[in-house]
Amino acid sequence: MTKALDKITNTAKGIYQDIKAGRKAELEAPVRSLNNVFYNEKDGFFELKGLNKKRTLTANTVKTFAQTLRVMALSKNLVETDDIATKREAYYVSKNWGEARFKEQMESDSVMDDIEAMFGVNREQLGFIADEHGGSVAGELIVIDKDPNTGKDIRIDCTQFGSGSYSIPSDVENLKFETKAKFILAIETNGMFERLNKHTYWKKANCILVSMGGVPTRACRRFIRKLSDDAKQDVYVFTDGDPYGYLNIYRTLKVGSGNAAHINEYFCVPKAKFMGITPDDIDDYKLPTHPLKEVDIKRIKDGLKNDPFIQAYKSWQDALNNLMKKGKRAEQQALAKHGLNFVVSDYLPEKLKKRETWLE
Amino acid sequence: MEDNQTLDSFSEKTEKSDKPEKKTKSSDAKAHELAKSQREISIAEFFEKNRHLLGFDNKRKALLTTIKEAVDNSLDACEEADVLPEISVEITEMGTDRYKVVIEDNGPGIIKSQIPKIFAKLLYGSKFHKLKMQRGQQGIGISAAVMYGQLTTGKPAKILSKIHPDEPAHYYELKINTQKNDPEIIAESTKEWHKENGTRIELELEASYMKGNQSVDEYIKETAIINPHVTLIYQPPKGDQIMLVRVTDKKPKLASEIKPHPYGVELGMLIKMMQVTTAKTIKQFLMQDFSRIGDKTAEEILENSSILSNTKLKDINRDLAEKLIDGIRKTKIMMPPTDCIVPIGAELLEKGLKKEVNAEFYTSVSRSPDVYRGNPFLIEASLAYGGDIPKEGSLNLMRFANRVPLLYQQGACAVTEGIMQTNWKQYGLQQSGSNMPQGPVVLVVHIASVWVPFTSEAKEAIAHYPEIIKEIKLAVQEIGRNLSKYLNKKRKVGDELKKRSYIEIYIPHIADALKEILKYSDSDKLDVEKKLEKLLEKTRGKIEDMKFDPTKNEDYDEDLAKIGKDNYYSDEDSDKEDEDD
Repeated sequence: MTKALDKITNTAKGIYQDIKAGRKAELEAPVRSLNNVFYNEKDGFFELKGLNKKRTLTANTVKTFAQTLRVMALSKNLVETDDIATKREAYYVSKNWGEARFKEQMESDSVMDDIEAMFGVNREQLGFIADEHGGSVAGELIVIDKDPNTGKDIRIDCTQFGSGSYSIPSDVENLKFETKAKFILAIETNGMFERLNKHTYWKKANCILVSMGGVPTRACRRFIRKLSDDAKQDVYVFTDGDPYGYLNIYRTLKVGSGNAAHINEYFCVPKAKFMGITPDDIDDYKLPTHPLKEVDIKRIKDGLKNDPFIQAYKSWQDALNNLMKKGKRAEQQALAKHGLNFVVSDYLPEKLKKRETWLE
Repeated sequence: MEDNQTLDSFSEKTEKSDKPEKKTKSSDAKAHELAKSQREISIAEFFEKNRHLLGFDNKRKALLTTIKEAVDNSLDACEEADVLPEISVEITEMGTDRYKVVIEDNGPGIIKSQIPKIFAKLLYGSKFHKLKMQRGQQGIGISAAVMYGQLTTGKPAKILSKIHPDEPAHYYELKINTQKNDPEIIAESTKEWHKENGTRIELELEASYMKGNQSVDEYIKETAIINPHVTLIYQPPKGDQIMLVRVTDKKPKLASEIKPHPYGVELGMLIKMMQVTTAKTIKQFLMQDFSRIGDKTAEEILENSSILSNTKLKDINRDLAEKLIDGIRKTKIMMPPTDCIVPIGAELLEKGLKKEVNAEFYTSVSRSPDVYRGNPFLIEASLAYGGDIPKEGSLNLMRFANRVPLLYQQGACAVTEGIMQTNWKQYGLQQSGSNMPQGPVVLVVHIASVWVPFTSEAKEAIAHYPEIIKEIKLAVQEIGRNLSKYLNKKRKVGDELKKRSYIEIYIPHIADALKEILKYSDSDKLDVEKKLEKLLEKTRGKIEDMKFDPTKNEDYDEDLAKIGKDNYYSDEDSDKEDEDD
């Protein structure tokens, strides 16, 4: 917390002193794009290459400067009062800033990401949280949180939600965990999560189920990472058999994203392994398929050409080429073709045994 | 040249009568029968049937042409007599489509014996054989107006003219005998007239009066704009009298007359000139009746024509004349003198435009003289941009030839062609293909020449001589470059102003946010703002104020600008009116 406050105050002080001394103030932040990341194979995540963009205070940048400082002031206020604002809320707060207000949330999100990158802290530490929740958890896990009013510890037993589930909060830094589970199963769709939860699959396999609900939010990534580190859990990932599942969901969970590379180090799960649905599963389990859409094909080509993670793993290149050759994709739910419980009774137990069918 | 064309087309008509005789030689009876129906027609009869050639194609235009011809003559007469012109024009409605017009000047007047011929004989005048920069050229205009009035109302023209304060004024009522092309005197007397000298003409004619682009009002206004030394008193049929007082007492330099240049002379003209010259030999003729032919050049021409220099003129037949034309073409002759052209001048032209249009930017150019077919000419142009000019629509063009406004046939005019052949996009105006450019622009183009080549006797459009179009293009290109310089500067200043307003808007936010984070005092905050302003504006330097200031143009004359503007009818209606006619 104090790191963020220090950064804000020091940056503001620097600008203030520059202005007082009649110097042109500058702001410097890393470039946020895939061009500026490389895959750190040793630690297993996307790291910044070190391209920086420098903004000097001139007539052309005066608006961005004003908005950045405004957001920094808001952040300082949030942190000092131990409050939070969603990205959307922060956008609405800016409507009080007259001409310096943001016209679209995209703009305020981008300024936030810049500040985050500039300070090397994560957004949550600045008091800004994601608009959507971080995912659902069920299984052999006790989460130790604090009562927002009393500050006393609360023990949350994730086996006690019945057909419901525990919701990952936006800030997971202060959570503690107790578990005897053997692994974490991160699932792409809520539908599949519900099915496994209904059949208490977590009990059968002695695991923790996490629903990512599409591309995992930062909170979700951080939660899985922290849980896997703190409680020494393996992480297995179960997504649709399509380029979106592989490249957007799995890759982001495992090594992070290009856009927020400055925080990847803590917001990725390098030890995660891809369990299914692999391109080979489509044949092995005779799954019903849909043809690849244009956007799927583009995604595959893009991944092969530009994604440093894919470029580091031959097995992934083969998988993508294989899928491209098939021209087909299969959803998790396609397993229902063999019976609604097939995934619980056959697919998952078999896949857990056959590690050789997994991908890195 | 235009006069030849006219005569050619006229003589062609009479010549055609010979053809059937030749073809039907075998049947004499038929030929004789046909011959009976053949007769000579006079030029007056010809124009009676082809009144559109003189600008009398419809009632609205007839009114304009009548007034224009009379005013042109008055202005020419005043300038030739070195008098500051004061001309009054009065239009009175006499009934449905019936008007009386009275034009009165303070010119030198016309001697008694010449009055009937000047006003009631076509192609009679002092100007036809002259090469001199003046308004009238052919000696057709005013007598054509008299003829038109007579044809449509049966009334004679009433002329009053006085040449000296001590002499009485002469009064005539005149008609034209169209078969003979001769004046018919209806009444004649002397009268007392309060004027010291001058001429007054009164005509009644079938006409229609409308406002708008091609109206008498517009003509009067444009005449005042282009002739700053003229006072015009105009009484339209409806509304108040309009006084357009001269803005300068400086008369334009009197244009000098020049002899024809050999390069501009064609066979018919050459033969005509040989008939009227006082020279005896061919060499004398060349040296005496043409410009730029001295002893040496004359010898050279005659050598190139294989004609002996002492050949008597009466011995020059058609074949030899043709050889002479050929010889002229083969000889390098110096271009004609160009000091016979009196330009209005870029400055005065621009001043005139400023009276009419309140714009944010003006630019003018006066080219140096050039020559087409042996005739010197000169192009001047002036442009107004932005300000009060409507942003929508095409460039608004005002054409002038020898200080006369041209209101009709814009599409057929060399000026229009020159403008459309110019790429205006590079100067910052919109233009689709080779059309008129779009934008808030008024463009004035003036051609001055000893002989303006019009496409017809109605003198509405300038013929497409390549030399003329080229000069027009060069003039508008220069103007276009000036415009584009201005527009670029304006854009830069606009960008700069935007940036500066940016600075003003966002500086307080920076100071506010810093204050919020660092919790410094209000006075410190003011200091930060001041320092920021200094810091950000330091590098930017001073900028010119380019905002349009409607009061800056001191020449602008709102009352003048209004003349002719309030349309009673839309253009569509007036077009229809033209068709109905």
